[in-house]
Amino acid sequence: MKNVAYSKWQLNSLVLLRVFIGWHFLYEGVIKLYNPAWTAKGYLLTSQGFMHAFYVWLAGDSLIGIVDTLMVAGLLVVGVGLMAGIRIRWVAVAGSVILMLLYLAHPAFPGLSSGYSAGNYWFINNNLIEIAALMVIFQFPVSHYFSLEVLFKKKKSSEQTV
Amino acid sequence: MSENKSSWKWSRREILKGLTGIPFLGTVWWAGAGFSKKIQDKKSKILESLNIDAVLPPPSGSMSGDPVRVGIIGFGIRGNQLCRALGFATKSWLSDMKESASANSQDTRLKEFMEQENLNIKLTAVCDIFDVRAEIALDSFNTATNQIRRYRTYDEMLDSGNVDAVVIATPDHWHAPIAIAALQANVHAYIEKPMTHNIAETYALREAALNSKAVLMLGHQHRQTQSFLTAQDIINKNVLGHVSLIQANTNRNSDNGAWQYPIHEKASPQTIDWNLFLGNAPIVPFNKEHFFRWRKWWAYGSGLSGDLMTHDYDRINCVLNMGIPKSIVTSGGIYTHRDGRNVPDVMQINMDYPDFSTGSTQEQGKEKGMTLVYSATLGNQYDRDTILMGHDGTMQLGNRLAVYIDPRSTRFAELLNKDKIDTSVPVYEYDPAAGELDGITSATSRYFANKGLLWTYRDGKRVDSTFLHLREWLSCIRNGGKPSCGIEEGFEEAITAHMGGLSYKLGRRIDWDAQKNEIAPVPGYDLDEVLLANVERVT
Repeated sequence: MKNVAYSKWQLNSLVLLRVFIGWHFLYEGVIKLYNPAWTAKGYLLTSQGFMHAFYVWLAGDSLIGIVDTLMVAGLLVVGVGLMAGIRIRWVAVAGSVILMLLYLAHPAFPGLSSGYSAGNYWFINNNLIEIAALMVIFQFPVSHYFSLEVLFKKKKSSEQTV
Repeated sequence: MSENKSSWKWSRREILKGLTGIPFLGTVWWAGAGFSKKIQDKKSKILESLNIDAVLPPPSGSMSGDPVRVGIIGFGIRGNQLCRALGFATKSWLSDMKESASANSQDTRLKEFMEQENLNIKLTAVCDIFDVRAEIALDSFNTATNQIRRYRTYDEMLDSGNVDAVVIATPDHWHAPIAIAALQANVHAYIEKPMTHNIAETYALREAALNSKAVLMLGHQHRQTQSFLTAQDIINKNVLGHVSLIQANTNRNSDNGAWQYPIHEKASPQTIDWNLFLGNAPIVPFNKEHFFRWRKWWAYGSGLSGDLMTHDYDRINCVLNMGIPKSIVTSGGIYTHRDGRNVPDVMQINMDYPDFSTGSTQEQGKEKGMTLVYSATLGNQYDRDTILMGHDGTMQLGNRLAVYIDPRSTRFAELLNKDKIDTSVPVYEYDPAAGELDGITSATSRYFANKGLLWTYRDGKRVDSTFLHLREWLSCIRNGGKPSCGIEEGFEEAITAHMGGLSYKLGRRIDWDAQKNEIAPVPGYDLDEVLLANVERVT
């Protein structure tokens, strides 16, 4: 990878992808943060598929408070990380884990109702596509700009061909 | 080290590149926080102006003291349910539920039964004229801590001195005779709906209740529903304005829902006391179908008007206290189950209250009067909500309660003009079950549950509403107090049901004479004869 040179537009496109996903996570997190009535309980209790029992357990009275807090914190951390460009590879993994948990609660499997999604999906839905996009972000240099990492990793980046 | 140090010297361009994300981040945060706050503000402003209190019904009193000795009269489908609500489940129900719970982890019926509060009663007596049912009760409820005896007739049970209270879950034509005998013997009575089977016995039962020291409770368990006091508050605060139309419905589409109950293989003249079953009904030879599916004939049951309209009528009456309608017009027919029954399976009962008003927000004198429409079919189970339609708003009433503002409301005109209210979404929603997972999802269960007939909620936990209703009755027995569904509520329920049935059978309007406190006579007819005639229509 180190020896591959990317065009300016290739890099800009990847940075745009990173910022957009960060934007999405951040906005979801902020909306939930400022809505005291928000809880993941309904989403978890109505979950479908082979992990239903696990999600019902998470939705129990003893855990739901922690689950809600972690969810909001996770969305905010991933959102801020991707938008501001802090620990990008780390938050890309965290974001993928969150998305995978959301996907498995309501997987787009044939035969299951698509209660929580607006469109029609067959195995692949927007959660999975966003996971794939985060994998791209994880694999490619996306701290070109919009990124504090640019500042703190100056030395490293100076060694790269970017 | 020196190389590292030199790397911290950033150019202006690098700083700009690094920090460009920050303003965008701030903008997204600001937009999200602002949007969220706007929604909250809008909501709280409306809620402030509505000022609705989500009140819980007061808990019934202590169950301490000596156990109350209870007898069950009629141990059929409903009798079994009532015994479970009292804490006594048959062996076969327990094993069925155990099996069901192990097959489906969401089926919490057994768990809920096991966790149900002990009501401190002894189930000491059973009376059922079908040997098989009585023996099931004896087999299941004769335990180390509970001794139960079978009585051949309710008189024997009442005379035995072995019961302080009885639960009456017989066919309709036996409700009043047994309840009257119990009250005259000062034995407390819990009686299933409809309270009576004809007009004369409605007055006789009221007389007996008013002259008895015993407590009478009518089995409209939905009075325990958590949302109903909130609904009363909404009406009292005139949120809906003048309610001119209410619709309540029954929608069923199954044989069970149409009272086609199974006929037991052991049913025979040897195992069933047929003459006692008939009671005051016309004498006919032994008939298994009449015995098990008695709700299909006017001789023993009361059809949709007595069996199901009474629930809906009482649900509305406990919110509005509107009493007996001034007049009733009923239509319908036997359209979905032409199987020999003589009660209708499609029925529309229009109950008019020309002098009733929930309040008004328009100029004085413009609004007065209301119609309650009960609309029922046993041939379709599309879920139609109970709705109260006022000039200023609409209320959906069930376990869940929702209020929508009407786009032409006078009271909310200013907020509507400022676009502060979205009339397509509820401005107020009260769902004590929010986030609850319903493990029993059959259509019939949902039908009953939506009306508060199966369960309600206390502190966010699902509770059997029949249990709460029986508990209230037992509390009145132990601690005194007036039951929420006593003789006055029962009188209104029974008279209204009978007016609905009479209007159907006679094909004409039936009026209530409030001055004389009686159903206005219809020339040429004895109204009780009409009601009891075992034919579809009397014309």
